[in-house]
Amino acid sequence: MTTTNKRERRKPPLGIVTRPGSSLRNKTGPWGIQTPVFDWNKCTGCNTCESICPEGCIRHLDRKQYEADPDFCKGCGMCAAACPAGAITMEQKHR
Amino acid sequence: MAEPEFEYELTRGFLPGHRACAGCGQAAAVRIAMEVVGPRCIVANATGCLEVFSTPHPESAWGVPWIHSLFENTPAVASGIEAALRNQGKLGDIRVLGFGGDGATLDIGFGALSGMFERGHDVLYICWDNEAYMNTGVQRSGSTPFAAATTTSPAGTRSFGENRPKKNLPAIAAAHDIPYVATASMSYFADLRRKVKKALDVRGPRYLQVHVPCPPGWGYEEHLSMEVGRLAVECGLYPLVEWENGQITRVRKIKKIPVEDYLKTQRRFRHLFRSDAGREQIKKIQELADESIRKYGLVDE
Amino acid sequence: MRKMIEGSRAVAEAVGLCRPGVISAYPITPQTHIVEELSQMVADGDINAEYVRVESEHSAASVCLGAVAAGSRAYSATTSQGLMLMAEVLYNIAGMRLPMVITGVNRSLSAPLSIWNDQQDTLALRDSGWLQLYAENNQEVLDMHIQAYRISEDDRVLLPVMVCMDGFILTHTYEVVDVPTQEQVDAFLPPYNPLYKLDPDDPYTLGAYAGPELYQEIRYEIQRDALAAKAVVKEVAAEFQAAFGRWSGDVLDPYRCEDAETIIVAMGSVAGTAKDWADARREAGDRIGILRLRCYRPFPREELREALTGARRVIVLEKAVSVGGYGIVTAEVRAALYGQPKTPPVSGAVCGLGGRDITFDTLDEMVRRAEGGETDFFAGLRTELLEAQ
Repeated sequence: MTTTNKRERRKPPLGIVTRPGSSLRNKTGPWGIQTPVFDWNKCTGCNTCESICPEGCIRHLDRKQYEADPDFCKGCGMCAAACPAGAITMEQKHR
Repeated sequence: MAEPEFEYELTRGFLPGHRACAGCGQAAAVRIAMEVVGPRCIVANATGCLEVFSTPHPESAWGVPWIHSLFENTPAVASGIEAALRNQGKLGDIRVLGFGGDGATLDIGFGALSGMFERGHDVLYICWDNEAYMNTGVQRSGSTPFAAATTTSPAGTRSFGENRPKKNLPAIAAAHDIPYVATASMSYFADLRRKVKKALDVRGPRYLQVHVPCPPGWGYEEHLSMEVGRLAVECGLYPLVEWENGQITRVRKIKKIPVEDYLKTQRRFRHLFRSDAGREQIKKIQELADESIRKYGLVDE
Repeated sequence: MRKMIEGSRAVAEAVGLCRPGVISAYPITPQTHIVEELSQMVADGDINAEYVRVESEHSAASVCLGAVAAGSRAYSATTSQGLMLMAEVLYNIAGMRLPMVITGVNRSLSAPLSIWNDQQDTLALRDSGWLQLYAENNQEVLDMHIQAYRISEDDRVLLPVMVCMDGFILTHTYEVVDVPTQEQVDAFLPPYNPLYKLDPDDPYTLGAYAGPELYQEIRYEIQRDALAAKAVVKEVAAEFQAAFGRWSGDVLDPYRCEDAETIIVAMGSVAGTAKDWADARREAGDRIGILRLRCYRPFPREELREALTGARRVIVLEKAVSVGGYGIVTAEVRAALYGQPKTPPVSGAVCGLGGRDITFDTLDEMVRRAEGGETDFFAGLRTELLEAQ
């Protein structure tokens, strides 16, 4: 919050300001009934999956080691459908 | 060895935890664009899917300063932010962006958009084009393509869906002679990144219109967003064109496929395949695609 | 410094002294001179502001919204149709608790089209969350704009303020006004220091949507803070007097009300006519008083009660009517007096619509008809036009 002269000002009125990135508390992982499985042996490192994930929850640990964050992956399957190397398959989640 | 936790820096701009549909082309495209824009920006956003799924108080998926006002005034709000930064001497460092859907941009916000272009504000406006008022339930907009079914242009015994061609807003934007106008597609993400970067390399009003496939609105399974977007471009119905100062300077060539290959993937065009009269409409759509190919030189002779 | 200038020029000079960062307006009679004067001041480098020549009033208000959100002081002016067009944005600005000042030049509403003065337009925005001050003369106009920024930006308020002035009557007349110096205004009004703003160094989201579990409390706070703003209006008026040496603000302007039997309640420049008329009636032996409302939003319930309960009769002079209901200010005066042990009868007289002159005869008619038992009526009606139908 912008404060002046170290004197504390009031907080903003209720509901006016929303904290950045506060959506991270909303784990969308449970939405999906599928989860992507990455075959690192087939991966070519093209980065397509990480690029197009609508959640932005795919990362690579190394050039050909990709994985999705189960906290946010909605199981849409776009990564699997788009992977040019067929290195990603969608599997049913086990409850 | 335990893997490190997934980390999501605010500097990404657009973060997970938003409530977009699984497979949302718009969420993907916004994420891609924001990673190019970086953290030194301010975003003004119209009412619509993006605004609603990213900011249900007290949650926000935005890591950059972001404001939502109304449906039709985003170009004006962005103009005001830009004017304030200019007055404060901060416009060199902080980039101003305006985001809106096709309804907000082509229809209700059209006047404000034109005013912003005409006044020459240093704002990059990006229209996320899913071709209907999706957030309110798939109603027709000026951007809805010919013969597409929406809830207010449904197919019926007396109708083949939308009976008007798509409004060509990029050409209208280019007619303002602004420094940079481009169409892009979520499916061509490297091209999208290049265009966002190119837009950021110049000053003045810039307009990007990004085709973003919508699984519930267009009627296809959510994992196919990338493929559906690709087909739209490759059949000529969504030409990828760049204009600079009113002149076309670059187009993306296509191999050309029949429009049917694109239309048959989506429920919103399914009615065209059910009758001879419907198939006549498909021929008209093919003519529109052919005209677009000819006009923009999308196919190498 | 005392100058003989047009009311519009007085507004422009006052606004210029407040050091706005962004000015944005769309031309509409009779606001045009204000924005033209400001444009010239910007063109001559007298004000260091960005002047955004927008394509509509909806955009004018939106530009101001964006500018304030980004941390600059902003200003606009409009009237009548323009006010109606930007109404959506004005509700939005108040709801987002963004401080700013707009001059609401009072002009009648179409249809039929009329460029002449009444108060329909700004009164139509009474529910919007904007505070509203109504000026009687151009000195007050000038002073109210300076006070308005102080009130609006106060942490206890954080609501936008509309300074209302009668179109043509005030905007286009020349009066002698005392224009303060830049140093005086700088000492009274510090630079805008936003409580929150759009800033990459401290990024926030503004304008998130609120579900049913939250919306009502947000609106409750707006109503609570709007009512509490009355104390700030009074405080700022007192500080203004201390700084500039004249009383120009506060919530009521009572004229000869202490021993009045009949009190006329009015807003704006018509009070000037009414005060002269009251003096004439007093000469003739009638104990008349004029109670001018300076601050209409928040509505000064307690002060009004105190000023009116001693009277035997109250007549509200309205330059507006809520069609299908009552005179707008009339209904609120009645509401303020409701439940008091001694309540005088309150009549509402609608007059002066579309620039119709309000004369001593009109005021005489109002008193005559109120004393005759009429409670809600139009005064100064040209009945010959109606009978000709």
